[in-house]
Amino acid sequence: MATLKINGNTVNVDAEDDTPLLWVIREQVGLTGTKYGCGIAQCGTCTIHIDGSPVRACVYPLGALNGDEEITTIEGLSEGASHPVQQAWAELDIPQCGYCQPGMIMAVAGMLNDNPNPSDEDIDAEITNICRCGTLARVRKGIKLAVEKA
Amino acid sequence: MADTSLLSRRGFIVGTGATGLTIGILASCAPATTDADAPDYSDLPPNEEVNAWAHIDHDDTVTVRIARSEMGQGTLTGLAQLVADELDCDWDKVTTEYPTPGENLRRERIWRDYSTGGSQGIRGSQDYVREGAAAAKAMLIEAAANEWGVQASECTSENSVITHGPSGQTTTYGKVAGAASQLAPPLEVTVKDPSEWKIIGQPKQRLDTADKLTGAQVYGADIQLDGMLNATIQQAPKIGATLKSFDASAVENMPGVKKVVAIRNPFGTENNAVAIIADQWWQAKKAMDALPIEWEGGVAFSTSEFEAELDDGLTSDEAFVGNGGGDLQGAFANADRIIEATYNMPFQNHACMEPMNATALYTEERCEVWCPTQNGESALAAVSEASDLPIEQCEVYKIHLGGGFGRRAMPDYVSLAVLVAKEMPGTPVKLLWTREESMIHGFFHPTTKSRVRGSLDAEGNLTGLHLRISGQSILATLIPQALQDGVDYATFQGLLPSGVDPRLEDQTLKYSFDNFLIDHAMRNPPVRPGFWRGVNLNQNAIYLESFMDELAHAAGRDPLEFRLAHLGDSPKAAAVLQAAADRSGWGNDDGKARGLCVMYGFGAYVAACAEVTVDDSGALSIDKIVAATDPGHAVNPQQIEAQVEGSFVYGLSAMLFGEITFEDGIAQEQNFDTFNSMRIADMPEVETIVMPSGGFWGGVGEPTIAVAAPAVLNAIYAATGKRVRQLPLKDQDLRNA
Repeated sequence: MATLKINGNTVNVDAEDDTPLLWVIREQVGLTGTKYGCGIAQCGTCTIHIDGSPVRACVYPLGALNGDEEITTIEGLSEGASHPVQQAWAELDIPQCGYCQPGMIMAVAGMLNDNPNPSDEDIDAEITNICRCGTLARVRKGIKLAVEKA
Repeated sequence: MADTSLLSRRGFIVGTGATGLTIGILASCAPATTDADAPDYSDLPPNEEVNAWAHIDHDDTVTVRIARSEMGQGTLTGLAQLVADELDCDWDKVTTEYPTPGENLRRERIWRDYSTGGSQGIRGSQDYVREGAAAAKAMLIEAAANEWGVQASECTSENSVITHGPSGQTTTYGKVAGAASQLAPPLEVTVKDPSEWKIIGQPKQRLDTADKLTGAQVYGADIQLDGMLNATIQQAPKIGATLKSFDASAVENMPGVKKVVAIRNPFGTENNAVAIIADQWWQAKKAMDALPIEWEGGVAFSTSEFEAELDDGLTSDEAFVGNGGGDLQGAFANADRIIEATYNMPFQNHACMEPMNATALYTEERCEVWCPTQNGESALAAVSEASDLPIEQCEVYKIHLGGGFGRRAMPDYVSLAVLVAKEMPGTPVKLLWTREESMIHGFFHPTTKSRVRGSLDAEGNLTGLHLRISGQSILATLIPQALQDGVDYATFQGLLPSGVDPRLEDQTLKYSFDNFLIDHAMRNPPVRPGFWRGVNLNQNAIYLESFMDELAHAAGRDPLEFRLAHLGDSPKAAAVLQAAADRSGWGNDDGKARGLCVMYGFGAYVAACAEVTVDDSGALSIDKIVAATDPGHAVNPQQIEAQVEGSFVYGLSAMLFGEITFEDGIAQEQNFDTFNSMRIADMPEVETIVMPSGGFWGGVGEPTIAVAAPAVLNAIYAATGKRVRQLPLKDQDLRNA
């Protein structure tokens, strides 16, 4: 039994220490916005924030948390999709199938927490999520629009 | 039916069918705003549908029924635009739902084809969808006219409001929808002329975006039903292998594990898979990792050894003819020069972001499945077959797909979910594959090679062309009854003769050649092939358009001029090529390395002009691609732009990184660490020219994939003098020759 702080709520979960946070969030907490894509931290579709920084939850074991961390998932990023990244994504109609987009949005929002005005080189280095539908061109535009909106 | 209270709470509405009012699962894209002062209609009985295509509520909400699947390509929004335009309804009040495949059967296939592939979503259904909407509009107007006691011909409709011209009376669709639903449909309807379109052709925002920004969009992998168990599966990793033994006792006491079962997938004659059912998926997965399994038999197929068969096909005397004409032998005999090149295309995996999954509830009387599928009807048939229940006792609830690309046109994962759920009658079971399982058990885009020979005369004119394709036929394995005298004409996508087979007219060659032959030496490996976004147009474009570039350079001619010289019979193909070249600045003396490609596929004319930079270390930067597409009619230009950009990611990922190799019958690339996909750093700027010329309906989702890779490869030649003929590019040295 472990206690976590997720999206501002305290929740008790019952999982073994080596359970990846992704599956704790999806199956114990019941928040399914965070997706399973590869399980080896390659694709980024499981990206969440721990204390504001982007983390690939599919390889982050529950046991590595001490319980004090603030965990944020896509469901808790904002009220009413009001985060600048979500607003930019809506305006540019970025998602296609949308499966990777919670992870993409969380990766971008996490980057902007640390670096509110990233250069193209910063974007290239920090946003390495895979999108097979191919929204990447609009994602770059979306990041720039989100910077304007922030 | 399962207790779907959890689903309902998530914004799904699952109809019972008892009232005939709502059917299927409502795609969660309801109008974004609700007015607190809106009239309350809760005392009124719900309206019945006007007809199969549209249900209109008292508050004017129009629910458009969508038979085709939404997997990111935007068809859901495009089809809704078709209906809304013909219906003259208020676009802001449009929502959508998927009628279930079972309901389609019960209503004698009123929604017709559910298959979503071949870039057919819009172009394959636009006529009957628009006619259906026009019929609904006629019924609404007739209902209003009846109420007023006037002639329907005196009434007009706009924005969900009906107006009687002479008296100026008005009413809304919501007020007359109930009466309209009781009327007989009109015997004849006329759809609008394109000049009258108000919603078709507009860059409307997608209807399904909002939930995709908040995590609220439910995919198959997210389905949660009361009492549901979770399962994972391991199928024999080696092609054709079977299950020898497994030791369930090693994992039965692990946390959450309910059952370890042997499964025979529909492709085998003996057990060839093991599934573990547990409370939670991670528990099942962990148990699977710990389960001792022994496999036996199978085919020791190796891609490196298969090379010899492909090479044999390149020069074999026997090959199926796809297209040709003139006197090729004469052209070669009289040639000033003969140019020859050999190219390849490796196996590719679809690699949808959402791993394969389906959720099934089986009892002895009924079997229901919730799944992301590109073809609800074939999924329903698979449920019936796997459950051994009559199809009338089965149902499929379609869920938005986390990517399809052709993979989810195959219902194997649906069958497997049913077979696993049969082990737990009365309990819903979600079967979710791992990424590795999804990669190993793909339906692979086939590997082929091509040898192309061309003869030039002394003036640099192309006098003869022989394009030989060697490799796998998709149809020979998947749909052998579709072969014609053994020939798989789909192999020749983009290269076929015009005016021969109307079903293949949308895949014809637009170049005119005097003397030429395009043929196929079929060499089928034991790998199960699949339809992979763009299918055979992809490699055929690489083969033909790389070689056209080689010929132009060999002849000392401008690659644009050289191509246009053979496009005299296809002004639309010439137009897209010219547009892409012009916008890109083709011919400018600005030091930029550019490459071209033009093709016709899935009924659309497409072209690209790529600009690349290759530095001294050989590192490639794809700086920009200008694309041009003429799909006839452009239902939603901004979504077409999105499809072009997205298709380039798919096509260029394959060109840069994509390769599935087999060793000892096992696919070696099992996750994104070895089957890489483009990241944002690799992504070029894309500028798309949407240039609909009208008069025909071409595809959008697939055709432009094919032009990306050849344009980039030709630009690499312009930059470096190096001709890349062996893919993927990651293994090639691009340092200056």
